[in-house]
This record gives sequence, C-alpha cells and structure tokens, in this order.
Amino acid sequence: MSLNTNQLLKKQKKTILELWMKNQLADEGLREDLISNDELRSQSEELIEALVGNLSSQNVNDLNSDEWSPVIEILGGIAITRARQGFSPRETGNFVFSLKEALLEVLKREITDPQELFKEVLKISRILDNLTVVTFETFIKGREEVILRQTDEIAEISTPVIRVWDGILALPIIGTLDSARTQIVMENLLQEIVDTGSSIAILDISGVPAVDSLVAQHLIKTVSATRLMGAECIISGIRPEIAQTVVHLGIDLSNIITKSTLASALAYAFRVMRLEVKKAAATTNTIR
Amino acid sequence: MDKIPILRMGRFLLVTIQVDLYDRLALTLEADLIQAVQKHNARGVLIDISAVSIVDSFMGRIIGNIASMSKILDAETVVVGMQPAVAITLIELGLPLKGVHTALDMEKGMDLLRSMMDTTDNDEDEDAIADDFITE
Amino acid sequence: MILSLSKDTVTVAQEQDVVFLKNRVKEVAVRIKMGLVNQTRLITAASELVRNMMRYANGGKCLIEVVSSGRNNGVRLTFSDSGPGIPDITAAMRDGFSTGKSLGLGLPGTKRLVNEFDIKSKVGEGTIVTIIKWANG
Repeated sequence: MSLNTNQLLKKQKKTILELWMKNQLADEGLREDLISNDELRSQSEELIEALVGNLSSQNVNDLNSDEWSPVIEILGGIAITRARQGFSPRETGNFVFSLKEALLEVLKREITDPQELFKEVLKISRILDNLTVVTFETFIKGREEVILRQTDEIAEISTPVIRVWDGILALPIIGTLDSARTQIVMENLLQEIVDTGSSIAILDISGVPAVDSLVAQHLIKTVSATRLMGAECIISGIRPEIAQTVVHLGIDLSNIITKSTLASALAYAFRVMRLEVKKAAATTNTIR
Repeated sequence: MDKIPILRMGRFLLVTIQVDLYDRLALTLEADLIQAVQKHNARGVLIDISAVSIVDSFMGRIIGNIASMSKILDAETVVVGMQPAVAITLIELGLPLKGVHTALDMEKGMDLLRSMMDTTDNDEDEDAIADDFITE
Repeated sequence: MILSLSKDTVTVAQEQDVVFLKNRVKEVAVRIKMGLVNQTRLITAASELVRNMMRYANGGKCLIEVVSSGRNNGVRLTFSDSGPGIPDITAAMRDGFSTGKSLGLGLPGTKRLVNEFDIKSKVGEGTIVTIIKWANG
C-alpha cells in the first residue's frame, strides 16, 4: 500500500464510514430486529478506525502480522456475537463486503491514474477478502460453540438416573447411543450406584431407535462395569425388532439379563431382593 | 517394608487397601493372604479397594490370582467398593475380573459371602465372631 | 495441528520412580481439568507402559507434555527406552499376546484407554510409545 493511499484513507475515514453505513442500511437484508442502527454504526466505526489505523505498506500480504491482530480481534468479536444472535452467514458476510464497496468507492473518487487505481484496488481487495475469510471462520466457530453447548446440554438432560425403589435404579435411554453418550450414561449410572448404594440398575432402551453391534458393545461394557462395582445391571425395553437384529448380527447377549419391559425388569429386581408386591385384600372397610 | 494388614473376622479374612499398590507390595499381599487363608482355614476373603484410584492389568492380575488361589483352598473372594472410574478403566483394558465376586461395600460383601456359605454348607458350626489381628 | 504447551521429563529406573511418574501425570491432568474417569484412564495407561519399560528395558524416560489442538487440551506422554525393541509390533498389539509372563493386555488395552496411540520400535535400539489423552475425549 503506497503511503499516499494510506493517508488518503485516513483522511477519508468519515466518508468511508458514511458510504459504508449507507450501503448497509440500503441492504434489504438489514436486520433491524437483531441490531440497532446506532449499534451497527459504532461497530462499523470501531472497525474502520482499527483498519485504517493499522494499514501500512508492509502488512498488506501478511494477515498474521501483529499489526492486524486488533482488526482481527474486533472483527472476530463482531462475527461471534452475530453467530450467537442468529445472523445468517450471508448477513454477516455482507457486513464486510459492503465495507469493501465503500473503500473502493473512495479510491475511485480520489485516484485518477487508472494504473495506480488498479494497483490499489487490488491491494484493498486482497485485505478485505482475507478479512472476510477470518469473519467466516470466526462466525462458524461461534456457531460450533453454540452447537457444542447444546450437545452438552442434551447429553446432560437425556441421561436421568431414577431411583425407582430403595436399592433399584432405572435409567431410560432415549435416542441414539453413541460412544460419547455411553460414557456419560455409564459414568452417571455408576456414580449413582455408589451414591445410593443400589445393587440393581435397570437400563431401559425402549427409546433407542436401533441397536447395532457398536451399541451392543457399549451396553455390554456398561453391564460389565456395573458388575465390577458389585451391582447387577438389567437391560429392559427390548423391542422385537431389536431382538431380531441382535441375533442376525450375531451379538452375544447371553451373559446379560434382558427383559422386554421395564415392568418385568422391576419384577425381576424385586425377586432378587426378595421383595413381594401383593394386591391388598379387597375388604369393604379399606375403601371409603 | 510396608505391609497390608490382614484382619480375621470369624472365618472371613478382611483386607483394606488404603494405598496405591506398587508391584512388590501387591505380590507380598498375594503371598500373605494365601498363607492366611490356609492357616485360618478361611472360607471367604473380602478385599476393600474403595480407596484405590488406579488398578492396572498387573494389579488386576494379582486380584484374579488371589481369587483363583483362594478358590483352590475353598475360599471365595469378594472385591468390594471399586470406584466407578476404576471399573470403567478395567473393562476398557479388557479385564472383567472373571471368577472374582464383587459387592458395593463391606456389608454387602459380607452378606454375599454368607449367602454363598449357606448354599454350600449348612452343617459347619461357626464360632462366635472374633476379630483378631494377624501379625506374621 | 497439535501444539505443545509445557514439557517435563521423568527418568524411570526403579520402582519408586513409577510412583513419582504417576503423581506427575496426575498433577498435569488435574491442571488441565481432565475429568476423573479420563484421569484414571490416562494414569492406568501410563502405568501399563511404564511397567513394560521396566520389565523389558530396565527403565527409560517419559516426556510429559500438555498439548492443545485448539479447542481441546490434553496430555501427551512419550515413553522411550533403549531396550531390546519389539520384533513384531502387529503381534504385540493383539489382545492376549505376550512374550513376558503377563496377560498380554498391556499394549492393546492401553490403546483402548487413550485417544491417540503410536508405537515405534527397532530391534536392538529401543521402543518409543506416544499416547495422547484429551481432557474431554
């Protein structure tokens, strides 16, 4: 970037901002519902300040140089906030693209020599393109963080350990059982066994859409770990289709106590614990 | 050298492992315990590992050995109080400790041993339970 | 890309060093907020590898590193010895294989406990095993 252009841009900061704001406000995709015009203006001003302030002749090609880090930081901050606020990628991209338009417009007005103009436009384009890439990267990172947080939340809420009886725990699993979830299920279950001193745990898989050999392996692992701790683990809620796939896949579940329903698993647990559930005698004086 | 104390309670032997076992200590325990099983004609061995945070394949093997050796001397082994993290690690390592009985805590382990005794023999008359400390 | 954030080398020559090594690994794991179960997996894996090193090579070195792959932090352990080496790594990585008197769970079992596992060995020169356990993985 020639010294001239630097100074030119510095001098024209105001004009650039106005042009940029005009571009942004004219955009059909302007999200006044998500961001107020004042806020947009202060964001834009901050970015131009940093951009123009850090422009020098050396750093055009190297976006990793230290001089760029304030710009990238501001842009990154904006992109991440936008990702969280629910802006679309196009809207976020247009934020930077409209700045490019504004910068180019100013260059066009101020530089008369076509050759010079072309050189400078090329440089500005390169910088702004790089910044767009950074914006997108950060934007996607922001989105990924949202997804990760939600995944964690789902994992947390989807593995409740229920105490169905003194000494009997039940854990209904809903959704696909992958290895990450097995970890959480297993850790929660084992910890709860220790905390409550329960000797029987029922793993109900009614809500698991399919059991393949990997899922079966996870189940077997959970059962084995439970046994090592000194408790028994029953698997219930096995639908006929699942029984079919298990046998067709040649998975050996013979070492595991399996029941078709949670009720029969509970009945089994009662038997093991030598508990009896009886229907109270229907005498007239118990009913009022 | 450190030694892990072995307690006698009636015809059961109680061992509480309070430190992370290093190899030599584990081997000494194995030898001492088998000696004690024979000497006291013990019918059950309870090993409390609730304070143990790491069980690797060597330690797992020692526990398995103790169980198999005791079995030959007609005593059942119950490992009690295994930490969840240890249980998960052992399974992933590929050591399900077959032949070793497990229980959640000392009390449940004792119940388990008693119930196993009940099924195997009813004729033997147990003496009053006496705690005593074996020093060798 | 994996960046190394801190380094520490522990020399293992006798049984006491094993305890010291395990404690060092635990400290590092706690520092990067690794969960209890993953800590246990990591220390158990370290225990297996250091035992191999003691048994087959009379000791060696362990490099303990905190590594980062951007969003995730982890612990990398590099065990290197100048023992006899392993002639057939594929066989050594099979469950139930052992040349010493063990269950033969050491290497394949260890691999199951960690996220990344790499072994290089030259007969007559020694063996290098590198493992990585991520804080949440």
